[in-house]
Amino acid sequence: MPSQPSEHEVRVLSRRFGLPNSASIDTYLANDGYRALEKALKEMTPDSILEELKVSNLRGRGGAGFPTGMKWSFVPRQSPKPKYIVCNADESEPGTCKDRLLMEYDPHQLIEGILIAGIVVGSHQGYIYVRGEYRYLIDILDRALEEAYARGYLGKNILGSGFDFDLYTHTGAGAYECGEESALLESLEGKRGIPRIRPPFPAVAGLYASPTVLNNVETFSSVPPIIVNGGKWYAELGTPRNGGTRLFVLSGHVKRPGVYELPMGTPLRKLIYDVGGGIIGDKKLKAVIPGGSSTPVLTADAIDTPLDFDSVAKAGSMLGSGAVIVMHEDTCIVRAALRIMQFYAHESCGWCIPCREGTNWLKKTLTRFHSGGGREEDIGLIEDLAKNMLGRTFCPLGDAAAMPTIAFVQKFRNEFEMHLAGQPCPFEKHGQLVGA
Amino acid sequence: MADNFKFNVDGRELQAKPGTLLIDACRAAGIEVPAFCYYPGLSLQAACRMCLVEIEKTPKLQTACTTPVAEGMIVRTSTPIVVDARRAMLELLLANHPLDCPVCDKGGECELQDMVFRYGAAESRFREEKRHVDEQQWSPVVYYDAPRCILCYRCVRVCGEGMDVWALGVVNRGARSEIAPNHGDHLDCEECGMCIDICPVGALTSGAYRYRARPWEIKYVSTICTHCGDGCKTTLSVRNGKILRGNNRDHSGINGEFLCIKGRYGYDFIENPNRIRTPLIRKDGKLVEASWEQAIQTIAAKWKEILHRRETGTQEAQAFGVIGSNHTTNEENYILQKFARTVLKTNNIDHHRTVDYAALIRAIANAIAKPVGDSAARPASDFLARSKDLSIASAVLVIGGNPTDQHPLLAWNIREGCRLNGTRLYVINSRRIPLARKTFRFLPIAEGGEQNALEFLRGERDAEKRLQGATPGGREVTAEFLNDFRDKLGQEKDLIVLFEAALSGECVAQLVEWGSRLPGRTRFIAQGDYSNSRGAADMGLLPNALPGYASVEDNDARLRFENAWSTTVPAEPGMPLHDMLAAAAQGKLESLYVIGANPLKGWDTAASLGGCFVVVQDLFLTETALVADVVLPAASAYEKSGTVTNTCGELQKLSKGMEVMGTRADLDIFSRLAGALGVTQAPLKSEEVLEEIRKLVSGYGVPLVNIVAGGAELVAPLDGFQPVSATHTANVKSSRDTLFTSGTLGRYSSSLQAVPERTTRTEPDPA
Repeated sequence: MPSQPSEHEVRVLSRRFGLPNSASIDTYLANDGYRALEKALKEMTPDSILEELKVSNLRGRGGAGFPTGMKWSFVPRQSPKPKYIVCNADESEPGTCKDRLLMEYDPHQLIEGILIAGIVVGSHQGYIYVRGEYRYLIDILDRALEEAYARGYLGKNILGSGFDFDLYTHTGAGAYECGEESALLESLEGKRGIPRIRPPFPAVAGLYASPTVLNNVETFSSVPPIIVNGGKWYAELGTPRNGGTRLFVLSGHVKRPGVYELPMGTPLRKLIYDVGGGIIGDKKLKAVIPGGSSTPVLTADAIDTPLDFDSVAKAGSMLGSGAVIVMHEDTCIVRAALRIMQFYAHESCGWCIPCREGTNWLKKTLTRFHSGGGREEDIGLIEDLAKNMLGRTFCPLGDAAAMPTIAFVQKFRNEFEMHLAGQPCPFEKHGQLVGA
Repeated sequence: MADNFKFNVDGRELQAKPGTLLIDACRAAGIEVPAFCYYPGLSLQAACRMCLVEIEKTPKLQTACTTPVAEGMIVRTSTPIVVDARRAMLELLLANHPLDCPVCDKGGECELQDMVFRYGAAESRFREEKRHVDEQQWSPVVYYDAPRCILCYRCVRVCGEGMDVWALGVVNRGARSEIAPNHGDHLDCEECGMCIDICPVGALTSGAYRYRARPWEIKYVSTICTHCGDGCKTTLSVRNGKILRGNNRDHSGINGEFLCIKGRYGYDFIENPNRIRTPLIRKDGKLVEASWEQAIQTIAAKWKEILHRRETGTQEAQAFGVIGSNHTTNEENYILQKFARTVLKTNNIDHHRTVDYAALIRAIANAIAKPVGDSAARPASDFLARSKDLSIASAVLVIGGNPTDQHPLLAWNIREGCRLNGTRLYVINSRRIPLARKTFRFLPIAEGGEQNALEFLRGERDAEKRLQGATPGGREVTAEFLNDFRDKLGQEKDLIVLFEAALSGECVAQLVEWGSRLPGRTRFIAQGDYSNSRGAADMGLLPNALPGYASVEDNDARLRFENAWSTTVPAEPGMPLHDMLAAAAQGKLESLYVIGANPLKGWDTAASLGGCFVVVQDLFLTETALVADVVLPAASAYEKSGTVTNTCGELQKLSKGMEVMGTRADLDIFSRLAGALGVTQAPLKSEEVLEEIRKLVSGYGVPLVNIVAGGAELVAPLDGFQPVSATHTANVKSSRDTLFTSGTLGRYSSSLQAVPERTTRTEPDPA
């Protein structure tokens, strides 16, 4: 179930959540469904759609925040090869579960967004790559695809426009790495999920070495409202250069964890205390991971940071996937660092040396450190190993493991020092980290 | 061509063609950029992160192996950040590396050791438990030790991209990633060992060599493989007079980095317990051990008697027949035919002809003598291709045969051309040979239809009709397809045609005539079977031809050799191999001298050769040796020096790796026999014989500098007398060896006998 709505929400993408049979095409059609598609096909040109997208300041919701309109404009209009639209539904960043809701409660919105991308770049085929652990969503998506085909929103001559588009689902097998776009493409092609050397980028040579638009579920889902209401309307929902709303996933030590749609630029304080109802047990806030487990941790004094790409970057972290993980005063930061490193060591694809060896070395050292076997020099070693990975790995997975580690050591060095007594973790008796 | 880009590396102004990778540009300029996963000619990985360099205006370090040079680029390869990154990478690599260097085969020649020595930290900060998994044996010759593996994926790529076998892959994820063979726990592959050769560490080791030596105890001897006709350079690792390993150490031979199973492991027949190490003389029907002196005297006595009878005219039967070898050196072959012609006074000399080199040389001579239309006469180099040319020619046409099995190096070069240089491969074959996967056009023909295919190429309508129709695999060959095939071939600028025994005699002449009429350059490679098949033909182990294919019937040619040898040579062409055997069986041959050949294999030996006095000089008691009157134990190619000529005509030098007690080099044996027959002769030295060859044999007057230095020179026996074709071309027959057989030698190679996959990969159905 989606979380209980909050009065602070501005529901654009999630406005159909909670409606009866919200995933069905009838509910969708009764609530502005496929109006954007009709408008795009009958009233707009690829260029005018792109223009609306650029005006909307929509930035990729997968984590990197690249302007969507610009990304789509990189796809060559003329191509001897077929072009593809690929939707990255391999939502695997710890703390993140927003795409799941978009697919579960409003799959047609996603289909419509993908169709519009097809119109813009002149593609006639698309794939939704769904993470292996989301297997149950495949049924929901496949049912939605079936409905869309039956009603003429997919297939040949869509809405009598002459535009054809086929859309398929495809499951991953449970690899975080396949959320990295080039590894996703390898996996989609039936190969081992390892990243590709870039350039060329997918816009030029993506799926089957053909021009490909590759975006996150939330990004595609944001497109229909922009087309219906205009780019300007959307842009004004957010802050300058950070258009619209996004789904924030609030987890950790808050009273009301959940997925909430808020305008870009909503202050962190508002999210935690107003939307999330404050910290469990009214304890003191210790730290916040603002954009999924790969983003550097913020300390409590960053509480007034507006949650948009640029402001969070200024505060020394990243908005990433919008997964905000809250940690209160009883949280052991070393354990948080260890838990995150266990994840990355498990998920490292193994392709390049620094990520493969670095994540495992860090996992082993943090395990020993947390259990009381730490030495003074290990603190520097942990930071140094992470720095040796940073910026030197093949793909961003290594950075994703390194960045939070460096931040934990730099911002919470005292907590690492508290583990040097040769005793087990000093926080252990108080409780455990929730949600990370 | 676009202008070179100018860029700056470490303060030096460099230039390189657009598209050049930064790592190659740096290395060409002598600037060291370390790498494990980067390997020229194989696909890019950017996995080892050792080649990270600083490039101005890019925020992060960049991998030099994936960055093409750009105009004005400013690169730094040894700043503190770069040095630090390399040290960090090595520290990470060593974290889980077992550091069992003292017992690792690779210790002393390990790229990881060298890198750590050069760029690494002195101490490790790793305090945790290392990951361990057990070593795996994938085949009798390939072992894999996963903890030592640094996952550079060279083995995966060389097997897939280079060999087109794709037997290796990566399994598991993250730190548990490892290389895995294609059949679960074992390999089904060509067993070429390229994966072992290319492994920078001791992860892949050779079943034939593991735990046998330390690299610094070894003396390295570069020589030429004695198996197939491709003439790959193989480096023998010799310790205390024993060959412990064959590999491809410096990549300096015509084969570059390539070696197949035979070149890598196939030397091991030399120490087979069945090797003959003492001369044998037949006494009371049984072969018994004898001294060299006794054996030589026995032969000399018999031969003197035969020679005497002939001089006194009391003899009706033919006196001597001589069958030479496809494995002995040029010097030995040259001396053998000289011995036969001047001492035994016979032209009854031949060898197992595995392809019709004589026809090819004669056809080329004719094409040079009579150019098409008004065009100027073309040089020999316009007709003969070197093995490496296959990698750079615009097109290759393979008619019949299966180069992957019979000519692994030629197949490797063809694949390299297709992969890296856009070579268009045309294959005409009755089987779907492995090379068919690389083809631009594949023309399926009926079994034995090579001559028909040639007639089609030459434009004969009937032949074209015979090729049309459905193949057994269901492929439809239409007139359009055939026309397109021929048209496309006709448009090629630089075509190399490979043929084998299916085309001989007049067919070869027709093939060359067809090729010389094409508008582009057309060169030819005749694919013979063994290491010196070409040399045997070139040196005149032929009943009608003196060295260089000069006809024995040509008075001028004969006179030239007679003057040089200060004696006479018979002017009558002799008997070819099968006639000699038939004559012996009918009692019409007094003595048969067989050197390194086994003509009786497959014969009913009990009834054959009658009362003929048979002398066999070989490594093993072959079917022929078993019926001999005297058997002389000979040295193999790995136990002597000399030169050999590969199937393309590339002349290379053999170097002696070791000695097998009791055996003698064939050259030495000829010398002793001649002495025993009263022909005064100082012991022959192969260098002196080579000098004589260079003076007298057409095409062999090539400079020696390259050859002595371990390189090769192309010989074209086209600068002497009008070459003569071989007689009885029906006797030209391939031995149809596969990757895992090699005539007699293969039967005694324990490695070749041990590998599980001993059948060819050819699928019979040209679907």
